[in-house]
Amino acid sequence: MQVLANPHRFFTISNRILPFGWAATALAFAYGLYLALVASPADYQQGETVRIMYVHVPSASLALFIYVFMAIASAMALIFRHPLADSAAKVAAPLGAGFCFLALATGSLWGKPMWGTWWVWDARLTSMFVLMLLYLGYMAVWRAFDDPQRAASLARIVALVGVINIPIVKFSVDWWNTLHQPASILRKGGPAIDASILWPLAMMFVASALFFLCTHLLLLKNDVRARKLRAEQMKAMDKR
Amino acid sequence: MKAFLAILKRDIYLGLRQGGGAGAGLAFMLSVLVLIPIAVGPDQNLLQRLAPGVMWLALLLAVLLTSEKIFQQDFEDGTFDALVGANLPLELTVLAKALAHWISVSLPLALMAPFLGILINIDMSALAVLWMAMTLGSLALSLLASIGGAITAGLRRGGLLVALLVMPLYVPVLIFGLSATLAQNGPSGAGNSLIVLLALTMISLAIQPFAAAAALRAYLK
Repeated sequence: MQVLANPHRFFTISNRILPFGWAATALAFAYGLYLALVASPADYQQGETVRIMYVHVPSASLALFIYVFMAIASAMALIFRHPLADSAAKVAAPLGAGFCFLALATGSLWGKPMWGTWWVWDARLTSMFVLMLLYLGYMAVWRAFDDPQRAASLARIVALVGVINIPIVKFSVDWWNTLHQPASILRKGGPAIDASILWPLAMMFVASALFFLCTHLLLLKNDVRARKLRAEQMKAMDKR
Repeated sequence: MKAFLAILKRDIYLGLRQGGGAGAGLAFMLSVLVLIPIAVGPDQNLLQRLAPGVMWLALLLAVLLTSEKIFQQDFEDGTFDALVGANLPLELTVLAKALAHWISVSLPLALMAPFLGILINIDMSALAVLWMAMTLGSLALSLLASIGGAITAGLRRGGLLVALLVMPLYVPVLIFGLSATLAQNGPSGAGNSLIVLLALTMISLAIQPFAAAAALRAYLK
């Protein structure tokens, strides 16, 4: 991690990785979408609508994963003062919020034919909704302050308090109300999903994760450049 | 300890005498209570079902609206610099201020709220449990609000941001605060919910000093 602390080295490494990353993302999406939309069977109960799952499940898990990633990056910024950590957390937030929105929207589209309603206040929907609010709050903090240094220190706290909050919210809303089906992939005794569905799902997850990694790296590069630009502008202002 | 108590005492006095504290909170809750029957209709049965939840929401919003007071004023008039220089870790200073907010605002409101529920036909048998849950939960409400207050201490108009930051933290408190009322006639009784509510309060107590102090330190640089 400390290797990346030097911006120049970070650019060299990320420039070398990105073309391969994009290629892998495109291939994974092409193969994953083929498996999901063409090759996999329709569900015997849900029919073709089951294909919504191939976008819904990866988005939902990435939305959670990205928040945890943000919290880890924030902790690294706090503990090791890693110069890229704050930016890494900052640019991950809109991506996480995007996946979160995608999960909520596809879930809603799926819920209409399956449950007969666009939205119910079931436990999982509620906790995803709260996660969305956490993302929005985090991004709002970055926008609220002119001084990026101060925004960074405050955003760290928001991310870390939020990540403590997530399991508590999850526990309490689960206890409160449950309609959504329980976890069926990561559980004791192996997945409860047939391989014909699990494989396309795994592929779509890999594709979405790669998309996140590449986009994140790109945004991180942007942010480092923007910071540098700002620093140069400030210097020029001082000289005047 | 002496410094801790001094800050506590000062903030309680300020909270009680300055206005905009518990008194304004009470008036705010009353105005929410007037709007509820107008919004959902004056049906007594419906109001009875809604009453505990409405009282919790009114309490929550009242606490949230007063959260700016915890740090902002000290921040603007320079008292904060003196507090930082005082012979007390910032973590304890912020804890004292949150406790003062609890004693001068949240606790009085929580003690009164269930009785205001009589106006919207609250179920009398639920009153005791609701009263206990609110008293217990109000400490968590104050502690969590003070985290939001610390993060936005230097913002001119941080009100909306505080709400956005603190509302997600209030979700578990609200769930278990209300489940105590709902569970009191069930097999497990209200005890379990109250214990979880106590646990949530303890977690807030453990996190608040560090989170709020770290937020205020961001303003010192």
